[in-house]
Amino acid sequence: MFTDFYYILKKHGVPVSMNEWYTLLDALEMGLAGSSLTTFYHLCRAVLVKTEAHYDRFDLAFAEYFHGVETPEDLPETIWEWLDKNLPPLEITEEMRRNHKQLDLETLKKMLEERLKEQTEEHHGGNYWIGTGGTSPFGHSGYHPGGIRIGGQSRNKSAVKVAGERHFRDFRNDTVLDTRQFQMALRKLRQFSTRLEGPKTELDIEGTVEATSKNAGRLELVWERPRENAIKVLLVMDSGGSMTPYTRLCNQLFTAANRSKHFKDLQVYYFHNCIYDLLYLDPRCVVSNSVETKYVLRNLDSDYRVLLVGDASMAPTELTARGGIIDWGQFNEEPGIVWMRRFKQHFPSSVWLNPIPARYWEITEGAVTIKMLQDIFPMFELTVEGLDMAVKKLRAKN
Amino acid sequence: MTKSFGEYRGSSNYIVSDELRNAVNIAIALQKPLLIKGDPGTGKTMLAQSIAEGLGKRLIIWNIKSTTKAQEGLYVYDTVQRLYDSQFGDHDVSDISHYIKLGKLGEAFVSDEQVVLLIDEIDKADLEFPNDLLWELDQMSFYIPETKETIVAKHRPIVVITSNAEKELPDAFLRRCIFHYIAFPDPEGMKEIIKVHYPDLDKKLMEQCLEAFYWLRTIPEIQKKPSTSELLDWLQALVIGGISPKRIKEELPFLGVLLKKNQDLDALLWHLNNRPQSRIAHRQSFQTR
Repeated sequence: MFTDFYYILKKHGVPVSMNEWYTLLDALEMGLAGSSLTTFYHLCRAVLVKTEAHYDRFDLAFAEYFHGVETPEDLPETIWEWLDKNLPPLEITEEMRRNHKQLDLETLKKMLEERLKEQTEEHHGGNYWIGTGGTSPFGHSGYHPGGIRIGGQSRNKSAVKVAGERHFRDFRNDTVLDTRQFQMALRKLRQFSTRLEGPKTELDIEGTVEATSKNAGRLELVWERPRENAIKVLLVMDSGGSMTPYTRLCNQLFTAANRSKHFKDLQVYYFHNCIYDLLYLDPRCVVSNSVETKYVLRNLDSDYRVLLVGDASMAPTELTARGGIIDWGQFNEEPGIVWMRRFKQHFPSSVWLNPIPARYWEITEGAVTIKMLQDIFPMFELTVEGLDMAVKKLRAKN
Repeated sequence: MTKSFGEYRGSSNYIVSDELRNAVNIAIALQKPLLIKGDPGTGKTMLAQSIAEGLGKRLIIWNIKSTTKAQEGLYVYDTVQRLYDSQFGDHDVSDISHYIKLGKLGEAFVSDEQVVLLIDEIDKADLEFPNDLLWELDQMSFYIPETKETIVAKHRPIVVITSNAEKELPDAFLRRCIFHYIAFPDPEGMKEIIKVHYPDLDKKLMEQCLEAFYWLRTIPEIQKKPSTSELLDWLQALVIGGISPKRIKEELPFLGVLLKKNQDLDALLWHLNNRPQSRIAHRQSFQTR
């Protein structure tokens, strides 16, 4: 029955391995959870979850599995009054723990109903009536491992409650992120480029000393590859009107890319909805500050990794028609989609990052053009996970 | 409950939450490394000191730098010294063990009593670093091929590892650890922490400071949010400077202690000049509390 929890964790996207699961079982055997649900919650989380980004998922899974301890709202006034009294702290002993069977919610509710009918006076302490302290499953400030708390402060705070409060929601890594997190994701564009390719041109001093010493003092030189990053990045960002809600997000990505000093080269261009003959040098997208797209294609080698950022949402004609360009007073000989294909053809390692969450791609206004562009570029949403996957994709190409 | 569980209860100069205390005791009982992550200044390094103090054990600190290699924690074979000695012939170079120097991990293994080993800021090192330590941390032993000697831990050290999340740690490594994330303390928790460091602090000053501090942290444009240790420094500066509590929110004196980057100072000024209403609204929200 407990094994279900494992699958619920999996379902919520917490990557639990068998190793960790066995560790948890060992820990339970050693009695590390005591028999308090809260300690058990801490134990499970410490053993099974290895990044704060998954705390929220864990909380959801935990709440789903150990769900259902809530305070009924429609209780007679008098019961609230009985409960509104202070009381001495409660010592929980081993014996008390053993005496309590875990009750399921249905039984609890039924028992509470019956108890409500029977009870006629206030109770503090004791193990049966609704009241404060004591070990009856009903009331507050008392101890019952699976009781119903009625009013009062949660003293021995229920773990299901804690989990249900979702304190770690902000740490989820599929939500939108800050500059530093972007930088972290972009950093991964580095690791594959070190010491894997290129000639061995740098003297490895430590290696040389070691080899020479092993060689009884006769000099033996050891060479290694330089730790330079060969990655070149081209960032092309949509700065059209429909992108305005995402300005901050795009700024953060831009800042992160700019600060990531590990790229050998970083080029940034802007476009409005779709790429045509011109690429712009600043987000205002004016012709006076632009270069020809052909110039860019000619001058940048195809080993540039390309990150296209945009909502990919526009009128289908902007992609498919001659003269479909949205900017007044401009005309495009070739449809936007041709330019897009050309771009992809020149830069095989290209990905599209879309600030619109992926779950809306099929239902948003731009669904048609999103689909068309998805056929050309692998598309990811602009979140930590999305960027991670995009970076993985960019690395896989070579 | 086993006897070993619940050993660690915190120490006099360190506030430990129930969750963290449980995590520490779980790690000790399961004999697994405890991996601690959290924002800078949330007391990750202090935790190891507190564990050592609370349990009365010696603390060995292995500070990780970007150039640190896993091997250095085990032992270093000083080949250069041996080569040098062999050329002058005034030492017995045939005994290699003279030139084997144990690293921090090795030191923790050969210690006659159980120690607390802190591997500080493991994410600073190369990406492969944690993987290189898997076997040693699992088995608590390593082999020195030069002397054909196996170093086995006399007492399994309590291993605490801290990380600032600069690099992702490998999954295989994570699987072997007990993990805890130290969340940034809320104002109530922060008061407790401040009390430990400055027991006699003026209450009014503390409240004003906390208000200003948590407000600063809510400004989205500030990249490097001030942390606990910066708040503590700031409080000290304010006490030494004899600043009256009334002036703190108005003038934010000694701001350089809290904000270390030019852009952040600019962002704050911009925020103050362009959106005064948000600040007023914020103050009101504090008053109605």
